[in-house]
Amino acid sequence: MTWICIAIIVLATTVGEVMQALGMRRHGEIRDFRPNALGRAAATLARNRFVIASVVAMAVSFFAYMALLTVAELSFAVPATAVTYVLETILAKYVLKERVTALRWAGAALVICGVALVSL
Amino acid sequence: MTAEAARLRIKTWICATVVVLSNVFGNLFLKRGMPADLPTPLSYITALFQPWAALGVALLVLWLISRMALLSWADLSYVLPVTSIGYVLVALAGKAFLHEAIGAKRWSGILLIVAGVALVSAASPPQTEHSLGHSAQHAPEQPA
Repeated sequence: MTWICIAIIVLATTVGEVMQALGMRRHGEIRDFRPNALGRAAATLARNRFVIASVVAMAVSFFAYMALLTVAELSFAVPATAVTYVLETILAKYVLKERVTALRWAGAALVICGVALVSL
Repeated sequence: MTAEAARLRIKTWICATVVVLSNVFGNLFLKRGMPADLPTPLSYITALFQPWAALGVALLVLWLISRMALLSWADLSYVLPVTSIGYVLVALAGKAFLHEAIGAKRWSGILLIVAGVALVSAASPPQTEHSLGHSAQHAPEQPA
């Protein structure tokens, strides 16, 4: 149960974050924090398909996270979801065809070791 | 341009602080409000109306919005390591407010994760160079 929840959270969060970064990058810097301008920015973003996809993925991730919180301690649940960084690195290499440096693999490996330690 | 860089730095720090604190306290309050189990799909919805859970969700919505705002001008490779301090703060919050026992193994795991997140970001590709301090010269991208 615990690890199924973590798997769903990691998958959905990774998809959501990639979509969110793409969507916000397309939108450009938010400079105006007055309520009207924020409302207009929100209205524009609500029609951005990357942002919509990211919100759906985040919602899936959130309900799985609720389920995880009922069975796990907070100080386990939050670090365990860091497996996201590992999946993102793998996706960057094999789906986005990015060049992933040795340093980045080392970082992902550290995260895995950290999650293993946290779950012991 | 210096004033523009200073403006961006202050804005970035305020926003990053909001991102981290809303994440830590959102998670803490959500955990506090969760029932012992969630047997049916409907119970997921009703659980969200418990006061602690509702407060947690409100803070996590603030987290999502402030993080999206931060990502609109700051690089992911800056946002990830800076906000990974949240892993340490969440553990401290769990210990202080929920009386979770955190042993040496769990602490070292959390520190390894923070170090790993920092490495993943430090090793990001160079096309993200336009971030902090440079965006004064950087024209906003045209929407597609």
